[in-house]
Amino acid sequence: MNRFLIPFGLFIVVVGFLAVGLTLNPRELPSPLVGKAAPEFSLQQLHDPEKVISSNDLKGKVWLLNFWASWCGGCKEEHPVLIRIAQSGEVPIYGMDYKDQRSEALAWLKEWGNPYQIVAVDEPGRVGINYGVYGVPETYVIDKAGVIRYKQIGPIREDILEKKILPLVRELQKQ
Amino acid sequence: MRWLWMFILFLPGLAMAYEAQPLAANPQAEARLKALAVELRCLVCQNQTLADSNAPLAEDLRREVREMIAKDMSDKEIIDFLVTRYGDFVLYRPPWKLTTTLLWLGPFLLLGVGATGLVFALRRRQKKVTDVTLSEAEHTRVEKLLSEGVHRP
Repeated sequence: MNRFLIPFGLFIVVVGFLAVGLTLNPRELPSPLVGKAAPEFSLQQLHDPEKVISSNDLKGKVWLLNFWASWCGGCKEEHPVLIRIAQSGEVPIYGMDYKDQRSEALAWLKEWGNPYQIVAVDEPGRVGINYGVYGVPETYVIDKAGVIRYKQIGPIREDILEKKILPLVRELQKQ
Repeated sequence: MRWLWMFILFLPGLAMAYEAQPLAANPQAEARLKALAVELRCLVCQNQTLADSNAPLAEDLRREVREMIAKDMSDKEIIDFLVTRYGDFVLYRPPWKLTTTLLWLGPFLLLGVGATGLVFALRRRQKKVTDVTLSEAEHTRVEKLLSEGVHRP
């Protein structure tokens, strides 16, 4: 009896590790930028290439920075959620058109609707690197002082919006 | 007609071949990039190095590293640049930290546990072997059985 107890115990431990491992998502890497100042940028606007959008203009309010692209499937998935946030007017969303083509991006927004206040163009993906973006969509919650408070990797789902992002935004807006 | 054939025959001669272009104008910088890129992980295809990956992000990061090499930044500065943006995960060799202690020591810990288990198991087995002593009667019986076995067809 005792002979089987040890292998069985080991088996249970291994199963335990595997069970926990299955619930983790290896694609979600904790960002070292949460709690740090959002990297500054100053970029051409998508709709009006003559104009520039700078991160400094956005100081003093809580805002969402959403990295997206017309070629990105997950962006399509989260798009209705973004539209809903925009319609509620609770927090402004600024878009970052990441490694995309202007004409394609404009057509995409025209077809599906534009949830963004302003869209910046990051064609070479440099601002993306500064923000530690490794896959679109990624969304950052940035507070009034310009500090990153939360990073959403992958599409924003309804439950994440209700449980994490909106409560955080409301709390930050009170500060 | 014959002239036309001649023309077609010699047409490929007009296509000139060039020597393959080197990857970078500066082979020294490229060697440094390569040495760095095998130590860095591609964030998109997580089991490939930055050197192996064809993902667009890996291309961008190689471009970024190339530019930093051109700016004469040290290897440590370049690695710090990436770690502040992407975390320790970009490193194939994670640094010694409180959170990575188990990662570094785990294999040795398991080796220790295995070795102690082995020593205990071997000792127990040895005890079992020496514990058995045969009486005279048993000894003769064993010999009898063994000799019978030999004679069996």
